[in-house]
Amino acid sequence: MLGLLFFVFVVAIFLGIELISKVPSQLHTPLMSGSNAISGITIVGALIAVGQPDGGPLVTVLGVVAVAAAMINVVGGYLVSDRMLRMFKRKDEGPKPS
Amino acid sequence: MIDALQPLINYIYIVASVLFIVGLKMLSRASTARRGNMVSGVGMLLAILATCLLKGMSFAWILVGAIAGTTIGVVASSMVKMTAMPEMVGILNGLGGLASLLVAWAEFHKWHAMQWASYHQTLGAGAPNSPLVTAVAMAFTAVVGAMTFSGSMLAFLKLSERITGKPIQFRGQQFVNGLVILLILAAAVVFCQNPAGGTTPYLAFGLLMLAGLVLGITSVMPIGGADMPVVISLLNSYSGIAAAAAGFIILNNVLIVAGALVGASGIILTKIMCKAMNRSLGNVLFSGFGSGSSAGDGAGVTGEANPISADDAYYVLEAARSVVFVPGYGMAVAQAQHVVRELGQALEANGADVQYCIHPVAGRMPGHMNVLLAEANVPYEQLVEPGDVNPVMAAVDVAIVIGANDVVNPAAKEDAKSPLYGMPIIEVDQARTCIVLKRSLKPGFAGVENALFFKSNTRMLFGDAKATVLQLVAAFKDR
Repeated sequence: MLGLLFFVFVVAIFLGIELISKVPSQLHTPLMSGSNAISGITIVGALIAVGQPDGGPLVTVLGVVAVAAAMINVVGGYLVSDRMLRMFKRKDEGPKPS
Repeated sequence: MIDALQPLINYIYIVASVLFIVGLKMLSRASTARRGNMVSGVGMLLAILATCLLKGMSFAWILVGAIAGTTIGVVASSMVKMTAMPEMVGILNGLGGLASLLVAWAEFHKWHAMQWASYHQTLGAGAPNSPLVTAVAMAFTAVVGAMTFSGSMLAFLKLSERITGKPIQFRGQQFVNGLVILLILAAAVVFCQNPAGGTTPYLAFGLLMLAGLVLGITSVMPIGGADMPVVISLLNSYSGIAAAAAGFIILNNVLIVAGALVGASGIILTKIMCKAMNRSLGNVLFSGFGSGSSAGDGAGVTGEANPISADDAYYVLEAARSVVFVPGYGMAVAQAQHVVRELGQALEANGADVQYCIHPVAGRMPGHMNVLLAEANVPYEQLVEPGDVNPVMAAVDVAIVIGANDVVNPAAKEDAKSPLYGMPIIEVDQARTCIVLKRSLKPGFAGVENALFFKSNTRMLFGDAKATVLQLVAAFKDR
């Protein structure tokens, strides 16, 4: 199990490097906020920490704060990226009514 | 937590991972980027829903956290100004790090309370028998998560100018950093040797979190404003690595895949930023560039700058057939992106070919200027990179530099003694005429005199960038 997870980890890093090295610099900011939102995946860990019964009050407190923080990261990250990407227009698309 | 739904949950995690990969891939082209972001968002939603299918989940507290987080996220993302995007990304990044840190702490506390045998069961089938792996993953997540959190918050304070954006350095700074790192290693060893036995490991874990917070602050403190694109990219990478490390605690592959993707993307961006400044990552992190002490002064750059009035600049622009704008952080500060676009439109209406050439490190985060110009409705075909414009710069009639300085300093090519030497620049000095909009002849972030200002084909248009551009736009309208 552990070996497999390491395998997945290493492959994913190389995959990430391949995917990102081709991004044009004009998209760097949305890419950054978009990938930033992906790092909010830690919310899965936070959900498990709060949702599973075997915790105790401290775990619940830590978990709720973690869920909230990760949720801001996820929701804020995706929405703000979308707001930026909505503005990237080709010439023929014309200006967006703001 | 093993039950009939477990295989389904795992399959959904795989689908989510694939959606993250496809989404990132689509983000690399302007025409598909927006859908790519949505695809990755759907992946996140699936991962969250799948987790809620786990056996024995109780949702009362989850809802409290999720509703609070969602509300704040929606409000913040719709209120934030485009010029404040670097700060926003900094905060979001820090919260991701905080979440990973808290997950590590919560898991550690569970383990501490229930002992290894029963904690081992909560990790599910196939969990490693030795507690060492889990302990190492917890220690690592705690440190990296804490560093991401405090570092990002400090970066936010610097970017929003709540504290000075200048490098803050003190004697023995490297020594302090070294001490903190040693402390972290020592605490990690103590913690991993006996992770669940009484108060000592708890103290060690607390120390790890605390030292991580300190390290985040001491490592961002000496970094100056214009080096922020590197720091933001690096912190972005840390937040991914922290999430992946948390994945090794709870043995969850979607955390590991997503975290690794973000970690890799952050590192690539960091590398691109460093390359665009011709400096090593070590130099960015430790040299306190731009604090005035380490930077050379470009002495020997002398001569007379040629000022030009807005009226005369209008005549130059009116005759120009090709114009390249070179925006920098100064444009963001002056909020001049909209008027710059108006001037660009006026020039186009006048028959000129207009482009906006953006240096990769212009502004306070990667791609900062592109976002501002896109906000002002500049079509993305007109946003070009230095590599596209430099070869044909000699054929450009007018290059207009707005609030950029170091990225157009010819010393980077001509003066081997300059701290900027070797940095890839936008070669506006090769254009037929170069108009520089600036308040004064003050040097830029690197503290280096700009030889460009004294070139014979350079004209200095002094004043507030926004007001000056407005004057030019008005001149075109009055024609």
